[in-house]
Amino acid sequence: MSGETLLDDQVQGDRLTLAGGGAWIAVNAHGLEESIEALIKKYPTVKSVAIDMGGVERLDTFGAWLLERLVRAFTANGAKTDISGLKEDYGALVDELRNVKLEGEHHKTGGEVVAHALGSVGENVASVGGSFLAIVNMLGALVVALARVLSNPRNLRLTSVVHQLDNVAWRAVPIVLLITFLIGCIIAQQGLFHFRKFGADVFVVDMVGILVLRELGVLIVCIMVAGRSGSAYTAELGSMKMREEIDALQTMGFDPVEVLILPRIIALIIGVPILTFLGSMSALYGGGLVCWLYGGIDPDIFLSRLKEAIALNTFQVGMIKAPFMALVIGAVACVEGLMVKGSAESLGRQTTASVVESIFLVIVMDGIFAIFFASIGM
Amino acid sequence: MMTPATKTNGQREVIIEARDIVVGFGDRNILDHTDLDVYRGEILGFVGGSGAGKSVLMRTIIGLIHKKAGSIKVFGVDMDKATDAERRAVERRWGVLFQQGALFSSLTVMENLQFPVREYLKLSQRLLDDLAVAKLEMVGLDSSACHKFPSELSGGMIKRVALARALALDPEIVFLDEPTSGLDPIGAGDFDTLIATLQRTLGLTVYMVTHDLDSLHTVCDRIAVLAEGKVIAEGTMETMLKSEHPWLKSYFRGKRSRAGYQPQGKAST
Repeated sequence: MSGETLLDDQVQGDRLTLAGGGAWIAVNAHGLEESIEALIKKYPTVKSVAIDMGGVERLDTFGAWLLERLVRAFTANGAKTDISGLKEDYGALVDELRNVKLEGEHHKTGGEVVAHALGSVGENVASVGGSFLAIVNMLGALVVALARVLSNPRNLRLTSVVHQLDNVAWRAVPIVLLITFLIGCIIAQQGLFHFRKFGADVFVVDMVGILVLRELGVLIVCIMVAGRSGSAYTAELGSMKMREEIDALQTMGFDPVEVLILPRIIALIIGVPILTFLGSMSALYGGGLVCWLYGGIDPDIFLSRLKEAIALNTFQVGMIKAPFMALVIGAVACVEGLMVKGSAESLGRQTTASVVESIFLVIVMDGIFAIFFASIGM
Repeated sequence: MMTPATKTNGQREVIIEARDIVVGFGDRNILDHTDLDVYRGEILGFVGGSGAGKSVLMRTIIGLIHKKAGSIKVFGVDMDKATDAERRAVERRWGVLFQQGALFSSLTVMENLQFPVREYLKLSQRLLDDLAVAKLEMVGLDSSACHKFPSELSGGMIKRVALARALALDPEIVFLDEPTSGLDPIGAGDFDTLIATLQRTLGLTVYMVTHDLDSLHTVCDRIAVLAEGKVIAEGTMETMLKSEHPWLKSYFRGKRSRAGYQPQGKAST
């Protein structure tokens, strides 16, 4: 679609004459660059260069820049350059490019790369401390907002709480029920398969009951909620931050923690225990079903065995943990949401960080609770 | 290429020809059998009330909105009948400045400018770097902005970088969607001058959707007015000012326009 580019060179003594031709445009820029570089290498010592651009039919920024580079290279070698025959239309463009100042060449040295790597390790360590502080800060802000709401209950955004409850609890019920049901089934099946070797089939009921009620029910639900609602919180708050909606709230005299974050966290604190209860029941149901169909343990035997295996405190241990887990998930999600900077990439990064961090903290908390309950004998 | 706006439209090359465009959402037609021509080398100012469909027409021409009826020819290529390759070839010849800049937020300014060039042309990294700096300087920024991310730029800088990116492939036509909105009068004035300068140096055709009466006065060769889904008037600023159409009268001769009106008109020519 465009003609050849031409650049003929003729040398007389220390005087070089170049004749350009064809189309000096973007699609030909690659070839043109090569021939220009070759010319600069070929004549390092000429004293004057005359460039005749009369044959150039088309010129765009790409071509004009290469012409400028040619001129600059020869000028730097101490030659006098002279451009002639340039079409009138293109004069302004060439003049414009003459004023461009390139920044100084910048190459990373080996030392800089090492320093950069060490620096990023340090930054990461510092950021762990920073995000811990941010979570503590958020918990403090929540307590303040809660105190304000308690002193004047009309400040509670009830509509918002109900809306969030609908999102994080009610709409999560089907998927939570399904997943915990499957987990119950799998544990029972695995238990039966291995316990049968020792003739200890019936102890599967103990295992399913204790495991589900104490640990798995709440853990599975929290991991689900962190992935489902924690990420949504981060993304919502993050995009509100990006569009300055949070700043707008602040300038109108609202406390974003009270308006946006408190309702979300209250919804989680109410919702997660409910989901934990439903999930645990669903897992027990799944376990019982597998025991009956796969292990030949009748439902009434399952139930009476379950009654012996677990006490009220088994159930309590799981349920007590739920609201604390919810608080951690909510606080982490909101903190990460508020850390979003202007770019889409940062939104993605903070959402990932929110899910990873809250699942990690949920498991750490679970460990701490295990130690705590063991030491108080629950 | 710098043909001034004259009435000898017959001899000038039409590079965008929109005919009988109908665009609507649901039952409501925003554009109702709209016609528009854009000539090579002109700066066309496209005005109309808020919600009249100025941006819609621009987005329809560049293929972001589907039309219900009508035909659009760009550089003589009918965009509905064009093959994918033909359409891509046309797309390479235009640049678009979106209202909010639409810079890629995860790329630096430099990478934003190089992105389209890298996709279409096989150039050395050095040439890419040089050209990015050159484009940046052409829009009035310097190379210190190169390694910043869009979120670190001010509104005016975002517009300039976005313009530089729209110009990255040396397009023949640039579409500007409210280029001066959100800029202070000095910044907006600079931007107008910049557009006029670039139009002159690069021989561009400029299609500018705008509300800015000052822009219309200072840089636009021709003005087209959209109302009730049709182009109700087109011509130079003088024609607009003389018109007795009630909408045009209140737009160009209302209270807000007095300050901007200077009889000598265009500063760009």
